[in-house]
Amino acid sequence: MRVFLRRTASLLVSAVIASFVVFAFLSVLPGDPAEVVLGTNAGTQELAALRHSFGTDRPLVVQYADWAQGLLHGDFGVSYISHDPIGPRISDRLGVTCWLALGGMAVAVLFALPAGVLAAAGHRRPAGALLSAVSQAGIAIPAFLAGILLVYVFAVRAGALPAGGYTPLAEDPAAWARHLVLPCLSLGLVQGAVLTRYVRSAVLTVLHQDFLRTARAKGRRQWPALWRHGLPNAAVPVLTVLGLQLSAVLVGAVVVERVFVVPGLGDLLLQSVADRDLLVVQGVVIVLVVAVLVVNVVTDLLYHLLDPRLRSR
Amino acid sequence: MAKSTARSGSALRRSARAAGCALLAGTLAAACGSGGGSSAGSASADSLSVGLIAEPASLDFTTTDGAAVPQATLGSIYEGLVRVDQQGKVQPLLAERYERSDDGRTYTFHLRKGVKFTNGAEFTADDAVFSIDRVKKDWKLKTARQMDVVGKAEKTDEHTVKVTLNRPSNGWLYAMTTRIGAMFSRTGVSDLAAHPVGTGPFKLAERRRGDRIVLGRNASYWGTAPALSKVTLKYFKDAGAMNNAMLTGGIDVVGTVQAPESLSRFSDTNRFQVIEGSSTGEVVLSMNNSREPFKDKRVRQAVRYAIDHKALVETSRAGHGKLIGTMASPTDPWYEDLTGRYPYDPDKARQLLKAAGAEGRTVKFRVPNMPYAMSAAQVVASQLGQVGLKAEIEPLEFPARWLSEVYNKADYDLSVIAHTEPRDLWTFADPGYYFRYDNPEYAKLLKDGDSGKPEDETARYRDAARLLSDDAAADWLYLMPNLMVADKSVAGLPVNQVGEGFDLTGVHWTKKK
Repeated sequence: MRVFLRRTASLLVSAVIASFVVFAFLSVLPGDPAEVVLGTNAGTQELAALRHSFGTDRPLVVQYADWAQGLLHGDFGVSYISHDPIGPRISDRLGVTCWLALGGMAVAVLFALPAGVLAAAGHRRPAGALLSAVSQAGIAIPAFLAGILLVYVFAVRAGALPAGGYTPLAEDPAAWARHLVLPCLSLGLVQGAVLTRYVRSAVLTVLHQDFLRTARAKGRRQWPALWRHGLPNAAVPVLTVLGLQLSAVLVGAVVVERVFVVPGLGDLLLQSVADRDLLVVQGVVIVLVVAVLVVNVVTDLLYHLLDPRLRSR
Repeated sequence: MAKSTARSGSALRRSARAAGCALLAGTLAAACGSGGGSSAGSASADSLSVGLIAEPASLDFTTTDGAAVPQATLGSIYEGLVRVDQQGKVQPLLAERYERSDDGRTYTFHLRKGVKFTNGAEFTADDAVFSIDRVKKDWKLKTARQMDVVGKAEKTDEHTVKVTLNRPSNGWLYAMTTRIGAMFSRTGVSDLAAHPVGTGPFKLAERRRGDRIVLGRNASYWGTAPALSKVTLKYFKDAGAMNNAMLTGGIDVVGTVQAPESLSRFSDTNRFQVIEGSSTGEVVLSMNNSREPFKDKRVRQAVRYAIDHKALVETSRAGHGKLIGTMASPTDPWYEDLTGRYPYDPDKARQLLKAAGAEGRTVKFRVPNMPYAMSAAQVVASQLGQVGLKAEIEPLEFPARWLSEVYNKADYDLSVIAHTEPRDLWTFADPGYYFRYDNPEYAKLLKDGDSGKPEDETARYRDAARLLSDDAAADWLYLMPNLMVADKSVAGLPVNQVGEGFDLTGVHWTKKK
C-alpha cells in the first residue's frame, strides 16, 4: 500500500512537470495557428482578430494557467482549427490507438514467448541460432518498413487484407479485425523480435540455476520444473522490458497509424502539430505522458507481486 | 549437467514450436477468413469512393482557408447563383439567367423557383441577399474582400435580386462562381463547421474525423439527380497509402495523384484509367522583387533564361506538367502560350548576371517541404548553379512555417509553390503580396480590364500577362496537371479542375461493379 501511494505521488509530480515542459516546448515552436487557419487568405486585421479570439495574444503565463486550470477540471479546451471540444476527440482517438497497442503487444508476446524459450532451449543448435538471427534482424527493421512490406505482400499482392483504413468495432467487428491485423503485426513483430532476445536470455539464465537442478533432482520432469520454478524467475526481467515496450508501442503507433491510415491518437498528434492546433497537441501529449507513467507504475507494482523479496523491503 | 540441460531443451523446443505455430497461424487465419475476401471501396453500383489528400479540419469555408474545404463542399453541398464550366466560362446555376446593365454596374439575377435547402427552407431572394451581405459582414478571410465592390444587394421580388456595384467589375461575376458566391440559408448557418446546409445535389451524410466525409444524394434536389447516391471522400496523409488503397480496391478514384512517378503502378489498362487535364495551379518560382539581387530585372531575367523547363518537368514530375510562361492557365480566356519569351539560354543568363554584377551571389531559397516543391527546387538550384547563381535550399515546414516566414513576412529570396486559386493575376498587382512586385502600369492594366467591357477584360488581362512575363516578375515552372487515376468503369469525372469544387454531378459507373 505504501509503495502504491509513493508511486502515485511520483506519477502526479511527473505529470505536472511534463505539462509544463510540453507547454514550454510548444510555445517556442515557430508558427502560429491563426496563420494556418487563414492560410493564403490572411490579412493583418484578420490575423489580429483571430489571435485575439484564440487568446494566443495573451502572455504565455496566462495561457498556461488557463490551460492547466481547465485540465484540472478535465477540460482540454476547444480546438483552434475545428472549433470542437478536444476531450471527446482525444478519447475517440485513444480508443483506436489502444486497440492497436494492445494488438501489437499481443502479437509481440505470442511471438516472443515461444520463440524465446525455444531459442534458449536450443541455443547450441542450428534452430536456436536461426531464431536468434531472425530476431536480431527483426530488431533492425523499423515498424514503418515492416508495415510497408506487409501491405505489399498481404494487401497488394495477395489481396487478402485491406491496405489501410479503420472500421469501429461497434459498426462491424469482422471488418474491425481485418483492418487491425496488418498494423498490429507491423507494430508487434518488431517488438516481438526485441522481446525474444530478453526471453531467451532470461530463460537461459534460469536454466543454469541451482534451484532448477534441485527440482529436477527431486523427480520433477523438465517441462513442469521449468513451468513451476523457472518461468516465475524468468518473468521479472521480461516484465521490465514489457513495460518499456508498451510505452514504445504507444509511441510507435504514431508512425504505423500514418502508414495504415488509422485515425488514432498519433495521427491526430501529427495533424495537429502541422496545423499548429496547439491545445490539441498539448492534450494528446499529456494523455500519452500519463499513459506511459501509468504503465511504468503498474509494472513496478507487478514486480512486488511477482518477487516476494521486494515485498518484504 | 550439460547433458541434462540439452535434453530438457529439446523437449521444450518441440512443445514451444508447436504452440508458437498454432498461435501465429490462428491469428492470420482468423483475420484473413473473417471478411469474405472482398475489400472493395464501394459496395454498390451507385456509390463511389474518392481518395484525396489533406482532410479539411472544418467544413466552414467562411472562416477557415484551404482548398480542401471548397473542394469537398462547393458544387456538391453548396451552389452559387452562377458556376464555371469545364471551359472556364461563367454559366447560370441557381439563377436561371442574369442581366448585366450597359454601364456594368448592375446585375439582375432571376432565381430558379422551387429550389429547397437541405434544412427544408425554400431558396428565395432573401437568402441570396443574406448570403451576399454575410460575406462582407461575417467572413474572416481576405478572399471576402472581393465582395467589397458590391454597394448594395436588394430583393426586387421573391425570385429576383438586383446587385449594384460601386464600380463596374468583370472579376466580381467570376468571383461569384467561387466559394464567396455560395448560397446559404438564412436559417442554416448556425453550425457551418460541422453541419453545412446548401441547395446542392448532395448533402453531408457522415463525417468521420481524420478519415472520411460521406456525401449522400439530396432527395429534394431541384435539378437532375446525380447518378451516385453516395460518395465517400476518403482522406490520406500519405500518397503511398492512397496508391495502395487504389490498388487493393479500397477506393475507386485517386482524386489527385501526388507523385506522377507512381503512375506506373496503374499501367494495367484493364483495371485502371489515368485522367490528365488542366488545372489552375501555376507552380511559381517566386523571386522577392523588393530585395537584392532580384530587385534588378536583369537578374530575374537571368533566372528565367537559366532554367531548362522541359528538363525540369521530366526530372521532377516524370514529364507530367504543361509549360506556361506566365500567371495564367489554358482555361483562362486571356491565356496564350508565352513559353517562347524566355527560351533556355544559359549563356545569356551568364551575361545578364555579369552585367548586373550578381555573378557568384548566394541567395536564400526557402522551399515548402512538399514533394513537388522540393524536387523542383533541387533542379532549379542545380541549373542556377550552372550559370553562377548559388541558391541555398532551406526546406520549411508547410503550412505553418512557410506561411509565416515566406508568405506573410516575405523573408526569402527564392521560393517555389503552386498557386491554385483560379484567375490569380491580381496577386502581382498587390505590392504587399509576398512577390513584392510593385508595377503601377501592371496594376492599371488589371484595373482597366476589370472595369471595362467584358471583351476589354480579356484584352487587358492578356497585356498584363505578357507584361508580367517580360518583366520576369517571377518564373513559372509548369502548370500542375489535374491528374487522377480511376477504376476503368468510372465515367464523367471532371477532366479539368477549373473552379474550387470537385465536380461530382456527372460521375457514374458504366457497368455494374
